[in-house]
Amino acid sequence: MISSTTLLDPTAELQPSERQLLPRLSSIAGATIGLLDISKPRGKEFLDVIEKHLLKLGAKVNRYMKPTFARTAPTELNQKISVECDAVIEGLAD
Amino acid sequence: MDQAKQRNYALIVKRDCPTCVLIEPVIRSLAEQFDAKLTVYVQDDPSFPASISTRIDDTSLEYSYRNAIEIVPTLMRLGNDLEEESRIVGWDKQQWREFTGIDDLGAELIDFKPGCGSKTQDPGMDERLALRFGKEQFSARKIQLAESEDTMEACFDRGWSDGLPVVPPTPLRVMRMLKGSDRSADEIIGKIPPDNVSCTIEKLAINAVMAGCKPEYFSVVIASIEAALQDRFCMHGLLCTTYFSSPVMVVNGPISKQIGMNSGVNALGQGNRANATIGRALQLVIRNVGGGVPGGIDRATMGNPGKYSFCFAEDESDSDWPSLAMDRGFQRDDSVISLFAGDGLQPIVDQQSRNPESLAKSMALSLRSVAHAKIFGLADAMLVISPEHRRVYRSGGWSKADVKQALYDELRTPGAELVRGANDIAEGMPEKFKEKLLNKFRDDGLHIVSTGGTAGLFSAIIGGWVASGERGSQIVSQKF
Repeated sequence: MISSTTLLDPTAELQPSERQLLPRLSSIAGATIGLLDISKPRGKEFLDVIEKHLLKLGAKVNRYMKPTFARTAPTELNQKISVECDAVIEGLAD
Repeated sequence: MDQAKQRNYALIVKRDCPTCVLIEPVIRSLAEQFDAKLTVYVQDDPSFPASISTRIDDTSLEYSYRNAIEIVPTLMRLGNDLEEESRIVGWDKQQWREFTGIDDLGAELIDFKPGCGSKTQDPGMDERLALRFGKEQFSARKIQLAESEDTMEACFDRGWSDGLPVVPPTPLRVMRMLKGSDRSADEIIGKIPPDNVSCTIEKLAINAVMAGCKPEYFSVVIASIEAALQDRFCMHGLLCTTYFSSPVMVVNGPISKQIGMNSGVNALGQGNRANATIGRALQLVIRNVGGGVPGGIDRATMGNPGKYSFCFAEDESDSDWPSLAMDRGFQRDDSVISLFAGDGLQPIVDQQSRNPESLAKSMALSLRSVAHAKIFGLADAMLVISPEHRRVYRSGGWSKADVKQALYDELRTPGAELVRGANDIAEGMPEKFKEKLLNKFRDDGLHIVSTGGTAGLFSAIIGGWVASGERGSQIVSQKF
């Protein structure tokens, strides 16, 4: 979708102009990984399997759930995950 | 006449112009006599003039812009290739008759009426039209925002902000900023630390827009960058340090009044656009072009609020008191920006001293605390003297040089009191200075500047970087 707003890049243009991903984890071991269930059917079963794999790799796992898949996550939940976890995996679809 | 009638003509008018309205009968007779050889371009209302059948809608102003129309009406005579041969503007009956070869043209009209400004001359229009119809001028990457993106948020999302909202750098705003200086957009000003990336005037303009600068501040912004890039300022190290320091900017000379900088009440505080945004522009250039991001290369333990912006003008109302720029070899009527690697403010309250001797001792006592009361010679300082304290010195017959000398004398301290362990404090000067008499500041390490409101027997210290001097940063000045 093209909008009428064009901005000129103020940077040295050493990075791609798209929003940058956060730095990736160098290792799963010892990291706290959040598993976010978005409240779609079978999300729990899917994330249970992911959790088993993560535990085997030495990660600590926290489980979270969105109240409804139809809306974006509440700010409080986003903040809680960002404070408590090093990374998050979201079970997106059924 | 016959020869003139063989030529092609272009007439540019606007309805909003009383002269164009006045000459409507003339336009009609020209249209009758020249027929298809006359083309009428209308800038505002395509139905004007109603009395002729064919008009060209130039509400986009493309034709007017491409032909550099400044006044309406403009009548141009065109060569065979439809390139302009000559033009007349406004209404001058005799001139129009000679130009068209029609001897009785406008017989019923007054002899003379000046034209009006072309719509291409409306405020801000030139940059708009240059963007639309001019040659491509920007070399910076263009970033197209999605419809759903908020422009302010988009700037945050891309990491371009110091934490406060920035003005989105649209091509139009950047073009207007560039008009604030006669420097060429593609001129490379130098390599911006810490990434040492070549930086053009255009990149500075983009960041000056984001900082909130007006185009008339842009020459000061450029000078501030040139100052920061002087080797003796050590911008790279200053950005990287764990210490508090960051550029503190002092503007001297006529430019500070011209652009409305604050050198009076609350001069070091908020509320003045020029003070706030010029200082911020340098910080944004370091961040965005240089890549100097807190937590990245910027390793400041705490930083200081001046890292958003710290820029003020000196009060130069006392013609017998030399300005900071004059101390540095410039003239009173030079516009100069000086950069000092400094921290936050430490106030000096002295409401009792009525003579220079007492006030100098008082200030010296406070200056002792720069960096640490037992650390001498490492950090420079900027002493900011208020108008009321300045008056105490002046009415006591002291010059600025007298003040500086008294401060140095008062601060000279036996090393035995300063060495590590003295006064049961582990911090202090190395043992080798024990038998020496030490100066608090290097010879060129104490800078005196005067600013602030006329009420308040307060002055202030801006402590310098503990890596002051040749091994780190020295004050720099840039005339512009």
